[in-house]
Amino acid sequence: MAFLEIQDLAKRYPTPNGEVATIFEEVNFAVNKGEFVCIIGHSGCGKTTILNVLAGLDTASGGTVVMDRREVAGPSLDRGVVFQGHALMPWLSVMSNIAFAVKSRWPDWNRIQAQTHCQKFIDMVGLTGAEHKKPAQLSGGMKQRVGIARAFAIQPKMLLLDEPFGALDALTRGVIQDELIKICAATHQTIFMITHDVDEALLLADRILLMSNGPRAHIAEIVENTIARPRDRDTIHKDSLYYQIRNHMVDFLVTRSRKFTESDKSGYDPKHPPVFTPGLGTRTPPPKIKSAEVIVFG
Amino acid sequence: MSLNLKAGLLSGLLLVVFVGAWHLATLPTGGSKTVDPEYAKLVSAEAAAGQKSAFPTPADVGRKLWEHLSDPFYDRGSNDKGIGIQLAWSIARVLAGFALAALFAIPLGFLIGMSPLLHKALDPFIQVLKPISPLAWMPLALFTLRDSGTSSVFVIFICSTWPMLINTAFGVASVKREWLNVSKTLEVKPLRRALTVILPAAAPTIMTGMRISIGIAWLVIVAAEMLVGGTGIGYFVWNEWNNLSIANILTGILAIGLIGMILDQMLAMLTRAVSYQE
Repeated sequence: MAFLEIQDLAKRYPTPNGEVATIFEEVNFAVNKGEFVCIIGHSGCGKTTILNVLAGLDTASGGTVVMDRREVAGPSLDRGVVFQGHALMPWLSVMSNIAFAVKSRWPDWNRIQAQTHCQKFIDMVGLTGAEHKKPAQLSGGMKQRVGIARAFAIQPKMLLLDEPFGALDALTRGVIQDELIKICAATHQTIFMITHDVDEALLLADRILLMSNGPRAHIAEIVENTIARPRDRDTIHKDSLYYQIRNHMVDFLVTRSRKFTESDKSGYDPKHPPVFTPGLGTRTPPPKIKSAEVIVFG
Repeated sequence: MSLNLKAGLLSGLLLVVFVGAWHLATLPTGGSKTVDPEYAKLVSAEAAAGQKSAFPTPADVGRKLWEHLSDPFYDRGSNDKGIGIQLAWSIARVLAGFALAALFAIPLGFLIGMSPLLHKALDPFIQVLKPISPLAWMPLALFTLRDSGTSSVFVIFICSTWPMLINTAFGVASVKREWLNVSKTLEVKPLRRALTVILPAAAPTIMTGMRISIGIAWLVIVAAEMLVGGTGIGYFVWNEWNNLSIANILTGILAIGLIGMILDQMLAMLTRAVSYQE
């Protein structure tokens, strides 16, 4: 059994005219310990809802989430969350924001212990010297680093990142991505991350879940990111597999994500979405698509 | 020249113009007529004879003010106490009523802010009770509490409660969802969440409510003391009206304004201390 198993997850809302709107359904996937999994899909496919269900902040209409052999029911310190809008408390300094989390995790620690621990994670995200600044005095990138440090500092079994770099400029995003790579290599943290950015997923993820468009979104495909680690932002695009995987994902986002719902899904098993290793051959056959278009990988 | 300096000079100029106009308007004029000696005794012979306005000159008020400031705490019986003692009574009543209101309204506002059910259930009561003039409660308070001082405190309590209650409920209800989500994922216990997340997040809104409350309380105490009498700056002003001492009334009015400003500035300072920048 994998570390995190999601089975038949679905989210439905009653609509005002008495019908039921399905955001996503039959969502099945697993995350292994130490694995970095990204989920990509267009807005409205329910990515954030899935993440919130994993975090315990939202409930699904059906299906189960099991982490470490225990069903997820409500939020827990075992799952750290980095929020899209950093979610720092503006009245607390950088140090106090992180200490708030640390004190929740280890209530018996004394001040010195907690402070030493916080400092370690402040140094880790490169914010040494900004400990006593308030969030309002920090740039967007620095705020998001505090959010990352806060999530890592409680040393959760799993980290959930809700598009953490979405609001940052490209340059800052690159710098923090590099830092995240380093931290992940050092901590072997299990991570589930939402992103819109194909290149970000290629740089960070071991596996990428591709979601079809909502309503009735599914995990249509799973892409294995076979680019060897360590990966470097400056040289990754020279890897022979880079553009093959990238093109596969971009093609999905441009056409297949839209056509998935009305496509002929006879070959599609929601329990085992097709897994692709672009450039290395297809492991399981792709779902047949009604239109005549042929997708060529590699 | 800095903006502050310019503003200060302009304020000074306005004060000089105002006092000058007042001085000119109250200068003695010619002519005389026979007057009622009783009236002359009250407002001075020149004023009664029409040679001079009964309204005091700035110098008269200044002299009165100096008299009061040089001996603010004398006590010569129930109708003749120093202005300091009267102000102290009023401030004590306001602070007592205000503190009671804070103890009642802030916890209740917290509950209302956290519970949509309580909010909906209590809203009709709040909406009906809020617009009632605090002085309308006075007869009821006098009847049930049987003490004029306590009744004044009660009236202050009632009028201070609403802004604090409404602002606290609003501040608590509008705490950002993401901060609550952070505390949820960190498994923060409800009491710790209330004290370390919701309270600091809502503190600026709560303090704004308290600042509105103290302003209203200071307005109401003057009226309440005029009504119940005995002690306090409101009673002082009314008593001087009965004495027809306009200079004393003006001194009282000036003191009310100054104390009101100090109370407001104190709350403004506290509001600044708890406010945060997002």
